[in-house]
Amino acid sequence: MSVTTESLGSRSHGDRVRGTAFYVLLLVSVTIGFLLLGVLLVDVIRKGIGYVDPTLLNEPNSSDPNKAGAGPAIRGTIYMMILLLVMVVPIGVGTALYLEEYANRERWYNRLLEINIQNLAAVPSIVYGILGLAFLVRGIGLGRVLLAGALILTLLVLPTVIVASREAIRAVPDSIRQGAYALGATQWQVVWRQVLPASIPGIATGSILALARAIGETAPLLLVGALTYVAVNPTLLGSYTALPVQIYQWIARPQEEFRVLAAAGIIVLLVILLTMNAFAIWLRNRYQRRW
Amino acid sequence: MVMSDMESAPAAPARIAGVDEKILAERAREAASTRRDVLFDVSRLTVSYADVPALKGVSLEIYKNFVTAFIGPSGCGKSTFIRCFNRMNDLIPSANVDGTILYHGIDLYGPEVDSVEVRKRIGMVFQKPNPFPKSIYDNVAFGPRVLGWKKDLDARVERALRHAALWDEVKNRLKASAYSLSGGQQQRLCIARCLAVEPDVLLMDEPASALDPISTTAIEDLMHELKREYTIVIVTHNMQQAARVADMTAFFSVEVDEEQDRRTGVLVEYDATPTIFTNPGDKRTEDYVTGRFG
Ligand SMILES: Nc1ncnc2c1ncn2[C@@H]1O[C@H](COP(=O)(O)OP(=O)(O)OP(=O)(O)O)[C@@H](O)[C@H]1O
Ligand SMILES: [Mg+2]
Repeated sequence: MSVTTESLGSRSHGDRVRGTAFYVLLLVSVTIGFLLLGVLLVDVIRKGIGYVDPTLLNEPNSSDPNKAGAGPAIRGTIYMMILLLVMVVPIGVGTALYLEEYANRERWYNRLLEINIQNLAAVPSIVYGILGLAFLVRGIGLGRVLLAGALILTLLVLPTVIVASREAIRAVPDSIRQGAYALGATQWQVVWRQVLPASIPGIATGSILALARAIGETAPLLLVGALTYVAVNPTLLGSYTALPVQIYQWIARPQEEFRVLAAAGIIVLLVILLTMNAFAIWLRNRYQRRW
Repeated sequence: MVMSDMESAPAAPARIAGVDEKILAERAREAASTRRDVLFDVSRLTVSYADVPALKGVSLEIYKNFVTAFIGPSGCGKSTFIRCFNRMNDLIPSANVDGTILYHGIDLYGPEVDSVEVRKRIGMVFQKPNPFPKSIYDNVAFGPRVLGWKKDLDARVERALRHAALWDEVKNRLKASAYSLSGGQQQRLCIARCLAVEPDVLLMDEPASALDPISTTAIEDLMHELKREYTIVIVTHNMQQAARVADMTAFFSVEVDEEQDRRTGVLVEYDATPTIFTNPGDKRTEDYVTGRFG
């Protein structure tokens, strides 16, 4: 059969229309998402950028909008992130390693554990807040302290970190484990020297993204006692506040100035979030594996 | 310790196209001049996956400093069999091994034998090159490090790379990722990685199947070199390759049970390579080596 220009260009008319229509539909979806986000961002920045100043970053809250700042709230959020990281990563990665490398799927308790984790990831954050109030703040009498907030956020993001870590661990090809075993490595050595290093980029990316979600959470923190007026720097067992809680309180005020202040707070929160996400993306690209 | 009686091997014409008679004659001469010391004594070995036997009733002896090839159609259990020698089947939960493999007279599957200790002495190279996502140096150093051999690591790595005929190609970029190597180089790296732990036996499951002819030749040459110090067991689909490198060849085939819809691998014939290729004792072997099979 000879090939002519005609036969190469003979895709049916309907086929082309469908192809183009689908492409247009995709563009529209992208545009809607982008526009919405863009409008929100522009609005917030236009409103709040003038208030992003040393007062906002350092001073405590005040009933005078011109003197009010989010210093303790920003520091509270940062401390909480660090606490969260220290608690959630070892527990999350440990659980993921157990489930992927050691657990025998035939055993009922392992399956139960797995189903539990999947479901926990879908529980609304307010439920964690109630749990925290009942068990941490009142139950064991921890009180409304930074540690209680961090513990609740740990519970909240733990399932996400476990799921992300498991995926990263599962992405390590079996041929690598086999190669290591064939050299006389023990299971412990295979996990520590091959599986874990190879999955660290994926684990780190997943954990950072989960953390970024956690620090934007307001509801559970309101329940476990993040206050809106804290004059001093937060300590582990002292009262505390966090940025989203502060923003929430400002928005609820009737005066227009506080709304503007809230916009400024949102800008700070966004900068923290975007920095974390950018770091996650950088990590992923930097350590991208090609098996 | 039986002296070979290979002198009497008949020099019948090679019936398989492409296998040089001269090569076979050389194999026969070599086999005749080498002592046969039994290293592995396999008897009535059966391997099942989820209680379905994949390989049944295999008995054979593997000799020290010989290259032994396993050939046979796809799915006849060659990989399953070779994995028994370093207990890699232990890693497959559904696999079950029956029968015995004596290694230096010790039952590899005996209760007091630790599979990790077995794998230190019996190395394995896989069909697909599987370098670790680390540098070339760290790939070779992994085994010694795992075994706690920290002394003279550099020298050990160099020796292994030289041994695997890779040193000249990589000596200036030891810190580069192993993935920057070509497929053939990666496979030689995997061989070097094995040699670095100074095993006693080298198991190779189709080590050259993913490689170009030049890399294949390099690996075949390597096997000739290595068998002075090591005992080599190789699975191959390439009969010319078996004829070129192997002293002994085992031919496996599949027995089909129509009633139960089961396919089970069996050992059909095991003999000196020239005999298998020029004067096989079994019709199935003859059909396979002459290309009449399937
Ligand atoms: N991990 C496993 N789980 C279940 N069955 C398996 C497993 N590995 C192999 N088998 C089965 O065992 C039989 C033999 O497989 P094996 O891989 O040993 O064949 P082979 O001779 O190496 O084939 P090939 O030449 O294609 O590599 C096949 O029927 C296969 O389906
Ligand atoms: Mg195979």
